[in-house]
Amino acid sequence: MTATARAPLAAPAAESPRQHGRLRRTARGAGPPLAVLAAVVGVWYAVTYLALAPRRRFLLPPPHEVVTDGFGDWTTFHETLRGLGATAKVALVGLAIAAALGMIFAVLMSQAGWVERSFYPWAVALQTIPILAIVPLIGFWLGYGFWSRTVVCVLVALFPIITNTLFGLQSTDAQQHDLFTLRQAGRWARLVHLEFPSALPAVFTGLRISAGLSVIGAIVGDFFFRQGQPGIGSLIDDYTQRLQSAPLFAAIMVSSLFGLALFWLFGLAARIAVGAWDTPRRRS
Amino acid sequence: MSPTARLRGRKGETVPLAPGIALAFDDVGKTFSDGTDALRGVSLTVADGEFVTVVGPSGSGKSTLLRIASGLTEPSSGTVAVGPKAPGYVFQDPTLLPWRTVEGNVGLFAQLDRVPKKRRRELVAAAISLTELEGFERHRPTALSGGMRMRVSLARALTVRPSLFLFDEPFGAVDEITRQRLGEEVQRLHARERFAGVFVTHSVVEAVWLASRVVVLSARPGRVLAQVDVPFAYPRPADLRFDAAFGDVARTVSAALQESFT
Ligand SMILES: Nc1ncnc2c1ncn2[C@@H]1O[C@H](COP(=O)(O)OP(=O)(O)OP(=O)(O)O)[C@@H](O)[C@H]1O
Ligand SMILES: [Mg+2]
Repeated sequence: MTATARAPLAAPAAESPRQHGRLRRTARGAGPPLAVLAAVVGVWYAVTYLALAPRRRFLLPPPHEVVTDGFGDWTTFHETLRGLGATAKVALVGLAIAAALGMIFAVLMSQAGWVERSFYPWAVALQTIPILAIVPLIGFWLGYGFWSRTVVCVLVALFPIITNTLFGLQSTDAQQHDLFTLRQAGRWARLVHLEFPSALPAVFTGLRISAGLSVIGAIVGDFFFRQGQPGIGSLIDDYTQRLQSAPLFAAIMVSSLFGLALFWLFGLAARIAVGAWDTPRRRS
Repeated sequence: MSPTARLRGRKGETVPLAPGIALAFDDVGKTFSDGTDALRGVSLTVADGEFVTVVGPSGSGKSTLLRIASGLTEPSSGTVAVGPKAPGYVFQDPTLLPWRTVEGNVGLFAQLDRVPKKRRRELVAAAISLTELEGFERHRPTALSGGMRMRVSLARALTVRPSLFLFDEPFGAVDEITRQRLGEEVQRLHARERFAGVFVTHSVVEAVWLASRVVVLSARPGRVLAQVDVPFAYPRPADLRFDAAFGDVARTVSAALQESFT
């Protein structure tokens, strides 16, 4: 907004109140988390310099050292980024497969009671299997490269997509169904024009949860499967072994940021896809 | 209308619908699974092209009556005969699809009936202009007022050409003037399309002005307390409602309605 000389009698509110409001809202929204960040950095410094003896300072290097040694040293940081790239690829491919499979399964379950009755318990069982316990088995069967890592991601990301999509498909409004019944609409028309659109918000909720899980799955996979380009999980493991705390912290932050970015991205996609009609949760 | 029609109430049985009849309830009762007695012993006949209005206290089973007529709800007892064609139906709630625009919602039925795109567009435009929703074609339901949503629902129903049309208080959330105009529109539509109409309303004046017969239901469980014939010829002018003769009919309906509350 351009600041213009205000006519003496003009009410201040008359000057693009919406943009003012938005700026103020952004400031109000960003302020508190930034304050928390400042506090965390402060406590961090305090722990590094006051609580840790110099000899043990490698356990928690001061923040600026993480920045200079972790992010500032190009060779290390480049290695970190390449690791992140490999892990991100696994996470995204795994998520895409989980999304496709999960939605197909959910649609089948919603269309045929017997599919739901026979497979849903197994989907729940899949959820409860301790993934760390079967990761070695996956490596044993599929080798130690890209596809094993991807399978781990699919296994951890599948369940939230199935449950959320199924929930969305099944919680369609009964009166809206009546409209379709009146016109003697077939199953397909019902699915395409009613159930799926009305399930979309829930689908996006599932995608968001699964995106986070898929990143975790990819990093867990990195710890076990070390063939080819090392993922960020293997780097984190290496840095830990070598007591390189600054790059370790940098790698942890970079992977967290990636998870955050993915979460934010799906939030944005949801807003674009269903924001225009899904009941807004917050209204100014 | 086809000579054979579905008969609901005894499962799977069909009976011939008497010629010239669009809807026949015989001793229909409805008790919901939670034990609520909504209707008891309702017998009601609506002839082809006849326009009947239904009044009754809140909860007397008016919506239930229409749902049974449409086949959405099964009666617990008695028999219902209706034509095989899907009825037109305006629900008491607008029941719009929130992800569709006004245009998309109005076009839903035509789309489900696989009406070709071009014809569908014409139908939608005509219905939108009839309900005075021009300029809002691209709006989503969340951006409309309650009365406008109800008009979208009405417009959607107007895109089909049924032989039986059910209206469940379609003008409940609409201001007096628009209500009057939409009432005239329904009457014009009825004159043109000659469907049989069943129209639920809480307004005695509206009930008398629209109908050739007013059905008064009792408090729950709903029974037919009275059927009042309305002798005025169509088309009826808007100021008929200020006539003394009109007042007499309205008074009769009102008296029957009073009775239903006691
Ligand atoms: N699906 C249902 N299950 C149980 N009870 C129901 C159901 N639908 C309606 N009822 C009950 O049946 C009775 C009649 O309901 P109905 O909606 O037909 O009344 P109404 O005459 O349309 O009322 P209003 O004028 O307020 O719209 C009410 O007591 C209601 O609670
Ligand atoms: Mg009702």
